[in-house]
Amino acid sequence: MRSSYLTVIHINLTLTCHKKELALDPMKFLLIEDNIDLANAITSRMRQDGHVIDHARDLEDGMAFVATSEYDLILLDIMLPDGDGRSFLQRHRASDLDTPVIILTARSQVSDRIGTLDLGADDYVTKPFDHAELEARCRAVLRRRTGNARTKIEIGGIVFDPVAGHLTVGKKAVTMRNRELRLLELFLNAPGQIFSKHKLADRLFSYEEDVSENAIEVYIGRLRKLLRASDMKITTLRGLGYRLDHDK
Amino acid sequence: MTNKVATSGSLRNRLVFTLIGGAAVLALLFFFVVRSFSVQIAQQGQDNILLASATSMLDAAAIRNSTIELDLPYSAFSMLSTQADDRIFYAILQDGKFLSGYEDLVGVDASSSNTPTFKTSFVRGAKVRIISASRTLIGASERTEIQIILAQTQDDLSKTLDQISRNAAFLGFGFFALTSALSFWATSATIGQLGKLTKSVTRRGPQDLRPFKRSVPKEMGPLVSSLNSLMGRLDQSLSQSEDFIAEAAHRVRTPLATVRSYADATLQRVDKEENREAMRSMIKAIDESSRAAGQLLDHAMITFRADHLVREEINLVELTRDLVERLTPIAEMKDLSLALHSDDQVIYKGDPVLIQNAVRNLIDNAMKYGPMESTIEIFVSRVPSPSVTVCDNGPGFPVGEIESLTTRFQRGENSKDIVGSGLGLTIARDVALAHGGNIHLENKLEGGACVTLSL
Repeated sequence: MRSSYLTVIHINLTLTCHKKELALDPMKFLLIEDNIDLANAITSRMRQDGHVIDHARDLEDGMAFVATSEYDLILLDIMLPDGDGRSFLQRHRASDLDTPVIILTARSQVSDRIGTLDLGADDYVTKPFDHAELEARCRAVLRRRTGNARTKIEIGGIVFDPVAGHLTVGKKAVTMRNRELRLLELFLNAPGQIFSKHKLADRLFSYEEDVSENAIEVYIGRLRKLLRASDMKITTLRGLGYRLDHDK
Repeated sequence: MTNKVATSGSLRNRLVFTLIGGAAVLALLFFFVVRSFSVQIAQQGQDNILLASATSMLDAAAIRNSTIELDLPYSAFSMLSTQADDRIFYAILQDGKFLSGYEDLVGVDASSSNTPTFKTSFVRGAKVRIISASRTLIGASERTEIQIILAQTQDDLSKTLDQISRNAAFLGFGFFALTSALSFWATSATIGQLGKLTKSVTRRGPQDLRPFKRSVPKEMGPLVSSLNSLMGRLDQSLSQSEDFIAEAAHRVRTPLATVRSYADATLQRVDKEENREAMRSMIKAIDESSRAAGQLLDHAMITFRADHLVREEINLVELTRDLVERLTPIAEMKDLSLALHSDDQVIYKGDPVLIQNAVRNLIDNAMKYGPMESTIEIFVSRVPSPSVTVCDNGPGFPVGEIESLTTRFQRGENSKDIVGSGLGLTIARDVALAHGGNIHLENKLEGGACVTLSL
């Protein structure tokens, strides 16, 4: 999420000549997972969204990563070759670090829930997970835990905090629905990029939902309304899709 | 789980009957032994007096001038006097010839020897004890034999014997009563040990399979040790099946997660619409199978736990609030909101894991069928019974299918485009049934479905 704004800046500089410097760090994840295939899949998906992600294969590795660099969020597998992820959790909580931890568990939700949350995990997702769900949970955890200003982005008369879910247009705070928020974030992540209706639908709706193109138009319409008072504008490119532009 | 155990007879009754029967036999034996001894002793006493009396009579006999003189001494009779005024008969014979006394005694005893003989017989209709003793008198020129037959009735003796018998009977009965009381006490003390063991087995929770540590009587040792080893094996097999379910979940879910994440990542890169469509179908299929696998495992876990129901005190409101909190990020993704309406607290004794799973399934269902940007209402109430109701604003249940929806793998007519395994309601129903409740499905008048899980 946060790292995406780096991309935003570069592309903005080249495409729309937006000069405002946005000093936002990329969002940094640590993934502790012993299954290499799954880890590769998760890291590549995370990098697509512009996040920085380190991968540790076991607890020892994970402890080493945590000791040497700072993370915004740790994704922790429960069954690891050199021990139970829960013991990592205990040790992690015993040290002074308060990095939020989301557990990736392959076990039945029935049996594990109580134990993991009691040990100080902030949340958990059950494998296999929908990436959008993981993202939503990360957002929720960060909203609860940090809520600092680091995640804010200011551009074209709007102030947007994707983690807190706040949008200010001009001086006025605007309430956004979750999908409007994600749509705006998507556009801000890749300014100048054209998103087809299908692509947008895939990001906003779960695959199990049957979404009509009309639904996308509805959300685009709402976002346009929200941004009316700002310098940001969503342009329709007939037959291609939509693009967020910053006009002076 | 209360199976009728085939029982044959009662250990307590068997013990009591054996002990009391034994006591009765012993008491009777005691009575007869005491009586026969006292009869013997009393008889001996009478015999001694008779002998003394007969001897003093014989002593009084003498030969004077070739005639026999016998002056019956008074003391010979007075020593025979009893409180019961027993009668005395006597006969004096010289060389077998009747001299004086009661002649009908003569035929009774014909024996003549130098040692006195005793016998019991009847004279004139009365039971008598007879002694016959003789003495040889030697005169100047002759020798002659004097025989005395003395008989005494036994009224006094039998009176004494009656008294002794009565006392013996009292004693015997007292012994019997005491022994019976003792045997009741001993029996219940013995059986009580079994009862104690039974109580401590019964008092245990369904998950408590620790071995018994408390010391038991030596004879119960083998029973307790085989009970302990049985519980050990049970514990092992229970944890094995729980581990198995967890392991199976792990094995199935991890590769599915890999495929799911790759497919997701690939979909973001692919531009061609037909390829995207293929990826979407793939993801849908993965979701469907992982959900089915998950619910099957959940269902197995629930069936397993329902058999060994653990009841803990839980606050249904808190439990539901936790769930709502946890599901809110997912609901938000669909712009759904979850609204919880509840009493302050609803305390219920049940298995928190099961109930939570059931409620989660209900909310999951509502989130699947609820239209976007709608609100899912969740009610937790205490009356009439602790219950959780989840209502959505979706299409509602197809009329006529409400009954069959809770059976395994049955899905509604209108669920074609929604991923699901059809186990959600079954799980909720099984959990409700395990707690002695049920689930109730209905359509709201203004549209939408309501499911109530009552416990």
